[in-house]
Amino acid sequence: MAAMLEVKNLGISFGGLRAVNAFNLNIEKGELYGLIGPNGAGKTTVFNLLTGVYKPDEGFVILDGENITGKPTIEINKHGIARTFQNIRLFKDMSVLDNVKVGLHNHHKYSTMAGIFRLPSYRKTEKEMNERAMELLKVFDLDGEAEYLASNLPYGKQRKLEIARALATDPKLLLLDEPAAGMNPNETAELMNTIHFVRDNFDMTILLIEHDMKLVSGICEKLTVLNFGEVLCQGKTAEVLKDPQVITAYLGE
Amino acid sequence: MKMTKNFKNNLITYAIVIAAFIIVQILQSTGNLSSLFKGLLVPICVYVILAVSLNLVVGISGELSLGHAGFMCVGAFASAFFSKCTQQAIPADGLRFFLAILIGAAAAAVFGIVIGIPVLRLKGDYLAIVTLAFGEIIKNVINIFYIGKDSNGFHFSTKDQFSLGMEVDGTVILNGPQGITGVPKNSSFLVGVILILVTLFIVLNLIDSRDGRAIKAIRDNRIAAGSVGINITKYKLMAFTVSAALAGMAGALYSHNLATLQASKFNFNTSILALVFVVLGGIGNIRGSVIAAVVLTALPELLRGLADYRMLIYAIVLIAMMLFNWAPKALEWRERYLGRFFRKSAKEGK
Repeated sequence: MAAMLEVKNLGISFGGLRAVNAFNLNIEKGELYGLIGPNGAGKTTVFNLLTGVYKPDEGFVILDGENITGKPTIEINKHGIARTFQNIRLFKDMSVLDNVKVGLHNHHKYSTMAGIFRLPSYRKTEKEMNERAMELLKVFDLDGEAEYLASNLPYGKQRKLEIARALATDPKLLLLDEPAAGMNPNETAELMNTIHFVRDNFDMTILLIEHDMKLVSGICEKLTVLNFGEVLCQGKTAEVLKDPQVITAYLGE
Repeated sequence: MKMTKNFKNNLITYAIVIAAFIIVQILQSTGNLSSLFKGLLVPICVYVILAVSLNLVVGISGELSLGHAGFMCVGAFASAFFSKCTQQAIPADGLRFFLAILIGAAAAAVFGIVIGIPVLRLKGDYLAIVTLAFGEIIKNVINIFYIGKDSNGFHFSTKDQFSLGMEVDGTVILNGPQGITGVPKNSSFLVGVILILVTLFIVLNLIDSRDGRAIKAIRDNRIAAGSVGINITKYKLMAFTVSAALAGMAGALYSHNLATLQASKFNFNTSILALVFVVLGGIGNIRGSVIAAVVLTALPELLRGLADYRMLIYAIVLIAMMLFNWAPKALEWRERYLGRFFRKSAKEGK
């Protein structure tokens, strides 16, 4: 079976600091994969390398057979990687519905002129976009708040909206950067269900960064543990969590 | 649901403009309009268009531009130049003016693209300073240009009108700091109102479309917009260019209302004036820009005695308005006293 994401020997330095070094990763299609490690280990840097925010010094990234190394963020999104952010980045002064519609931008098109003169293609496409966006919002139980400003949503729902917006771009691979950060145990449990649901119903491959070990051990099938920018351990979740190296570096006795 | 709400809001804005037009027409036909106010009608239209166009950049695209008068200047001179040159060739006033407006808008749009490409790489304060510089550069370059026309064609100079080296039949069209004189006076209140409606139509529909959403998304979060595949450069440039073109249209309306068109009129103060309209009307609030531009153009002229203090009053009102809009204490006060009133009136409105 071909890997959905294949990362080989990825590395980047900031000045004298080797933030990520010789990073390898293989994710099969449909897998739920976790990336864990202590603070400052380089997890978010890996996400930024995968999504083109940073250009790697070495190594390459192959998504579904296509080499996307060093491409700009927009191109990488078009190739099929969507992400959420550790510190939520919503379009605050836009409605919840419009946030998702921005995600649909590259899949439902009409010309600027059609938009200004309200041509039939505008009406037709906007209707499709509204329907698709509402479908996505329904998945995340946000359809009741479609008209709210995004910044007026409670924290947990803002996290969900970010996932909905990322899914709107119709990705092959979804990157979630600490999706459960700041959530209480009930919200986290609900989030775990949602992530499972997304994987099963959208036929999605998911890579997530998380510190909440309950979530990680609960839903991730495989894990990679990063420490000081290097891979410490890789493999099936249960095995990785038993690894003595991982326990000393990250989990603690 | 959302669309109809927006649609209703937009209709109210159009209705306000049309109602204002009808009221002025009635006052005019019953002879209740002073000649001072009549003279203000076209400038008011000019400033309304300028304010709405600037709001597209400042409010919707979220970039502070301080050189908007420069684009108005380009539109004014391009259209006036065209009108002067084709006065004989196109005798029909309406057609010539229509073409002049299009040329003014197109010329300003070209400048918008050319200036926008380097400038939009910057953010925040830096962008504001560079747009300010470009606005001044446009004004000063036009200020030193001399263009004349004779039987051999056009002559250019940057020294004075005598170095144009024209035949005896030549006429100077653009005369350096003296500018262009004798532009046909085609502007009228009716044309002004039509152009306002065209501007509103373009801006409001653009905002409420796929492209407008992309522009607002970049304003709210550049990194997130990039992560969902929005081409940031393209949409920033689109907002900037459309805004420049509309400012150029305002310039064309302006230049065809004056006996003498001089570049020095399009200085820093004009750019700031437009920004004042936008800030007072509410950043991102198109209808607010329209109302602020009307009130703030009409008031100082009607209070002629205070003309010397005009810019001072603007500055004070601007600061007061910023406090009113953003200071936490003021927000609290507004919420307590005005909020109740507005909510009530909004309910009654429905």
